[in-house]
Amino acid sequence: MDAILLQILNGLDKGSAYALIALGLTLIFGTLGVVNFAHGALFMIGAFCAVTLQKIFSLSYEVIDETQTDFLGNPLKVKTPYVESWFGPELGAVIIDWSVPLAILFAIPIMLGVGYAMERGLIKHFYKRPHADQILVTFGLAIVLQEIVKYFFGANPIQTPPPAALSGSVDLGVALGFDPNAIIYPIWRLVYFLFAVVIIGGVFSFLQFTTFGMVVRAGMADRETVGLLGINIDRRFTIMFGIAAAVAGLAGVMYGPLNPPNYHMGMDFLVLSFVVVVVGGMGSLPGAVLAGFLLGILESFASTTWATTTIPGINQIIIYLVAIIVLLTRPRGLMGRKGVMEE
Amino acid sequence: MSNKPVTRRGVLKTGAVAGAGVALPTIFTASSAAAYTNEPTGGTVTLGFNVPQTGPYAEEGNDELLAQQLAVEHLNGEGDGGCLNTFTSKALKGNGILGKKVEFVTGDTQTKSDAARASAKSMIEKDGAIMINGGSSSGVAVAVQGLCQEAGVIFMAGLTHANDTTGKDKKANGFRHFFNAYMSGAALAPVLAKEMGTDRRAYHLTADYNWGWTQEESIVASTEAMGWETVNTVKTPLASTDFSSYIAPVLNSGADVLVLNHYGGNMVNSLTNAIQFGLLDKVVNGKDFKIVVPLYSELMAAGAGENIKGVLGSMNWNWQLQDEGTKAFVKSFGEKYGKPPSNSAQTCYAQVLLYADACERAGTFNPCGVVEALEGFEFDGLGNGPTLYRADDHQCFKDVLVVRGNMNPTNAYDTLEIVEITPRAQVEYAPDHPMFAGGDLGKCNPGA
Repeated sequence: MDAILLQILNGLDKGSAYALIALGLTLIFGTLGVVNFAHGALFMIGAFCAVTLQKIFSLSYEVIDETQTDFLGNPLKVKTPYVESWFGPELGAVIIDWSVPLAILFAIPIMLGVGYAMERGLIKHFYKRPHADQILVTFGLAIVLQEIVKYFFGANPIQTPPPAALSGSVDLGVALGFDPNAIIYPIWRLVYFLFAVVIIGGVFSFLQFTTFGMVVRAGMADRETVGLLGINIDRRFTIMFGIAAAVAGLAGVMYGPLNPPNYHMGMDFLVLSFVVVVVGGMGSLPGAVLAGFLLGILESFASTTWATTTIPGINQIIIYLVAIIVLLTRPRGLMGRKGVMEE
Repeated sequence: MSNKPVTRRGVLKTGAVAGAGVALPTIFTASSAAAYTNEPTGGTVTLGFNVPQTGPYAEEGNDELLAQQLAVEHLNGEGDGGCLNTFTSKALKGNGILGKKVEFVTGDTQTKSDAARASAKSMIEKDGAIMINGGSSSGVAVAVQGLCQEAGVIFMAGLTHANDTTGKDKKANGFRHFFNAYMSGAALAPVLAKEMGTDRRAYHLTADYNWGWTQEESIVASTEAMGWETVNTVKTPLASTDFSSYIAPVLNSGADVLVLNHYGGNMVNSLTNAIQFGLLDKVVNGKDFKIVVPLYSELMAAGAGENIKGVLGSMNWNWQLQDEGTKAFVKSFGEKYGKPPSNSAQTCYAQVLLYADACERAGTFNPCGVVEALEGFEFDGLGNGPTLYRADDHQCFKDVLVVRGNMNPTNAYDTLEIVEITPRAQVEYAPDHPMFAGGDLGKCNPGA
């Protein structure tokens, strides 16, 4: 039982990232009708916002220490971060330690800007083009973005650790009535799941309970009629693109402490997230969230020794297997609108 | 003036003789040009450096390329000479190779076998490269080694750790300076026994491809031989980015050691995940839980950050060694590039010098002459202590390092500390060892 609970937790954790990326993907498809293959790159850029802020906080001045030597035998240049000299060693160290959570504030305007620039600068020119063209141009854009990041940050993964207070793990087993050490889970993974729930809740609330959200939903249902009412729906959809980019970016910011960011991480998630959107139903926001968590949990169970021994390779194909079954039996996806992908 | 009539037969005879006369020198020339692939005819000789310049190992590839460029400088008599000053063979004089100035071309393996073959082929066919050096993957090494064997050029492998490179996939035209998975196991096992005891239960997570399998096989064999029990061996997809689903079962498996047969991004992520799950804080079977990473690299260590503290592994070489060859190379590389070299850089640097030296000693660039010069060659002064290029399988035998993640690093580069220099004798094995069985070295191929 404890092993099952552990895999459910792992699945919810993986599903959090899938759901957050897929939510943005399906939001863009639902509003603008664009299949955005650069969405994974937005997730990666978000993670590198955290890397950048960490580097900014770690900017240092050098003092030569004659008592120590470097690898060539020269006097060692000891680095001291500016924040530690400005705010004192203790507060400076705390600021550096909390750079990932602080990067949320740093990333929001950047991601909104990146999303806005991407939509206005490139993607709007492809609205009336076939989906194949949209996929090609956004995939090309994703490659360009990841190569830019590689140019500045290198190909090696870069550690962005969580704050010390939120690192390590907790014994959930004791709280749930199991033996001690039965269910040990990393704190940051729990934080990530809760963060995902908050962001998903926030997006749904925004769409459900604000006038702006109501207009966007109306536009998603019938764009022409909303336009005839004198509402500039294109402008609102552009803003939604920015919001979708911010959601992907924030997912990336918080993902850094789980697995160190590298320039390729967007591509690693892109295909999986696209499958999540298809399984959930193209354009369906609840579908993307449901499919994200569902596929995350299934993937987690498929990675257990029992599963891989019973069906070798199941851990590598489970998501695609589910996608095939869903497409064959219910082409519109779990919660897709009738008619979508069914023509 | 003769009035002899011109007959058809006469024209044919004259034509045949003239044709043979014209063709004769061409035949000799052609024969001479076809002695071996890409025989240098001018004042220069071109080497091909095939390293990952894009993809996940681009940083490592860049380090290899820097080292290879440095080697070319030293061969051409530029810079401080580096290991030419410490190399026990004194055939190299700093005037190129066999009096020809060394030039180089580069290719991008992308850490993909097909791309690596394509770039090597292009360097051989279009750029006239007479040898191919470098790479950061066993899959790539085996693929390019096969190509070089067919093309008739020498392949000096870079970072390739799978047993198969000089085991079942060995080739006469291919040479490996880097150590292998068997050697990692042989070097690590005694240190693991000393530090963790002989009564341990190990759980392996293994990258699901050729290198991972051979490393798992080697480490399982060496640890079981000293009394450890293998609780489970789980294969993880190479494309995995998150290992939490694989780490979680370790907690309740009864294992007290986790062996990560992962490299590169896989290793950075699996180790990070293992630390997140608090494995190193656990006590199992009355013992502190331990993690082992059998193959380390400096770039991986940098990527893993604080997570590698105290974690044991093995390496081919490390810049902190204190022999004269290492000091000369680190000084040269450090002064030029402002950082110490990685162990993949060192192996690529050494391979270039070893190739050049073999040409000098053989007095030819002919691959068969080079093969003969390298087979059974004993040398020192390149940073790994006394080394043998064994004739049977073209594998270098030398000391192996057991290293540990530094608990108190003082700068960005001393993330690893040397625990033990395992003597060469301890990591040697018979050429027909079962882990290296199958395959045939074959005969050297000079190409044309």
